[in-house]
Amino acid sequence: MLKVENLHVYYGAIHAIKGISFEVNEGEIVSLIGANGAGKTTTLHSISGLIKPSSGHISFMDKSIGGMTADKIMRLGLGHVPEGRRVFQDLTVQENLELGAFSVKDKDFIHREYTRVMELFPRLGERRKQLAGTLSGGEQQMLAIGRALMGKPRMLLMDEPSMGLAPILVKEIFSIIKECNNDGVTILLVEQNANMALSISDRAYVLETGKIVKTDTAQKLLGDESVKKAYLGG
Amino acid sequence: MVIIEQFINGLNLGSIYALMALGYTMVYGIAKMLNFAHGDIIMVGAYTISVATTNLGLSPILSVLLSMLVCTVLGVVIEKVAYKPLRMASPLTVLITAIGVSYLLQSVALLIFGSKSQRVASVINVAPVTIGGITLTGESIVTLGVTIVIMILLVLFINKTKVGKAMLAVSEDRGAAELMGINVNNTISLTFAIGSFLAAVAGALFVSSYGFVDPYTGALPGIKAFVAAVLGGIGSVPGAMLGGILLGIIESLSKAYISTQLSDAIVFGVLILVLLFKPSGLLGKQRVTKV
Ligand SMILES: Nc1ncnc2c1ncn2[C@@H]1O[C@H](COP(=O)(O)OP(=O)(O)OP(=O)(O)O)[C@@H](O)[C@H]1O
Ligand SMILES: [Mg+2]
Repeated sequence: MLKVENLHVYYGAIHAIKGISFEVNEGEIVSLIGANGAGKTTTLHSISGLIKPSSGHISFMDKSIGGMTADKIMRLGLGHVPEGRRVFQDLTVQENLELGAFSVKDKDFIHREYTRVMELFPRLGERRKQLAGTLSGGEQQMLAIGRALMGKPRMLLMDEPSMGLAPILVKEIFSIIKECNNDGVTILLVEQNANMALSISDRAYVLETGKIVKTDTAQKLLGDESVKKAYLGG
Repeated sequence: MVIIEQFINGLNLGSIYALMALGYTMVYGIAKMLNFAHGDIIMVGAYTISVATTNLGLSPILSVLLSMLVCTVLGVVIEKVAYKPLRMASPLTVLITAIGVSYLLQSVALLIFGSKSQRVASVINVAPVTIGGITLTGESIVTLGVTIVIMILLVLFINKTKVGKAMLAVSEDRGAAELMGINVNNTISLTFAIGSFLAAVAGALFVSSYGFVDPYTGALPGIKAFVAAVLGGIGSVPGAMLGGILLGIIESLSKAYISTQLSDAIVFGVLILVLLFKPSGLLGKQRVTKV
């Protein structure tokens, strides 16, 4: 479904991504794990068109999307829950969700999906008219996920959805990711919380300073000694 | 009584500043740039009206409509030709380009019309009204009325329509807005179109109240409108409205009661004072981000 080949990204002189290749098949949950600064966010930004890679090839549903603007890529069905949530703080919860469906023409879908998001995240329902900037961090994360779902994605890129959340909320967010996947949304998940990420993933790639150093099924990586040492806290 | 008349003069002038300040503030909010050529759009609008009424013999209404069309198209074209290629350039490059565009517009006007100021007949044909000893000119009545209507429509458009909310989203976080499928280039074009349209309205009101146009007609009001936008909090739509009106009133009252020469100094003094106590302007936000 998503295919990245020989991707290179530079920030000025910094070579942040050094020729990585990977793919995500339809229906999978695939994790990209790696330490701070490994290049996970940079990879996701390159895929969704927020930054221009220096070279490489990216295709989504057999269509080359390299060089397309982010709004076009989103309209193809590739959603992105960005790092740090980036909800629109000066707009209400409801307005944020409506903007999530900005590109969707099907009014019935918008209505149904809105109701479904409210059921997935009852806290958002209670805070419909509240400005997003006044939500707690966890609520903003729910809003960011709900907002992406409103855009009718076939695939979701999720950048550290568990960041800064209490353990109980982390569990909840991960079970919702799993649920979205069961509903047919393919997922590429970036996480610091490798344990949790691997536990819901089919496969994973390990990224180290801009290179993929390991890939396997999530099950095998959970048992891998070096991965355990580096990312699973021993 | 005089003070009330001066106050109304201030409202009149302030309305024009406010309409122009909206252009500065919206473009700043969405495109993150200071469009210093914005003031010169009102000059183009004023000349268009002058040519339309005297040379083409169009009616006032048609002249104003033509001026709106010319300014709106010009604003969008300037953005596409001069600023769009600089989307990734440093803010300083963009700023210098904007100043260049401003000089370009002035020079072209100078070439076509010469440096002498031209008289322009008012496009407003409304009889003055006297209430309790205070006379309101037709120009004042129309200026205030038009400004109020435009502001209400603009606020409704931005806060209630889908496209308006998309503009708010782009102004807050361009990347996140793109991830919603919002086309940023179209949004920026629309912002320039709206800003230039408002400048055309301001230009029509300006020539009607002051009766002349020359190639530098837009320069000083442009700077004042920029000050108004900063005073109100650049990027804030209600701020631009408030800043413009306040500036007009302060200018008018200080001309009447303190000194005509000092009125600009007082205007800038107020700006400095406000920024000392509230660096983000009267209605500007200091954002608190949650981590
Ligand atoms: N805008 C930028 N300008 C310059 N360097 C950048 C920029 N963004 C990222 N980098 C650098 O690129 C590298 C990869 O950054 P990236 O944000 O992709 O890491 P990450 O894996 O997402 O890290 P984290 O887990 O901390 O979010 C880092 O060395 C970072 O300093
Ligand atoms: Mg990151």
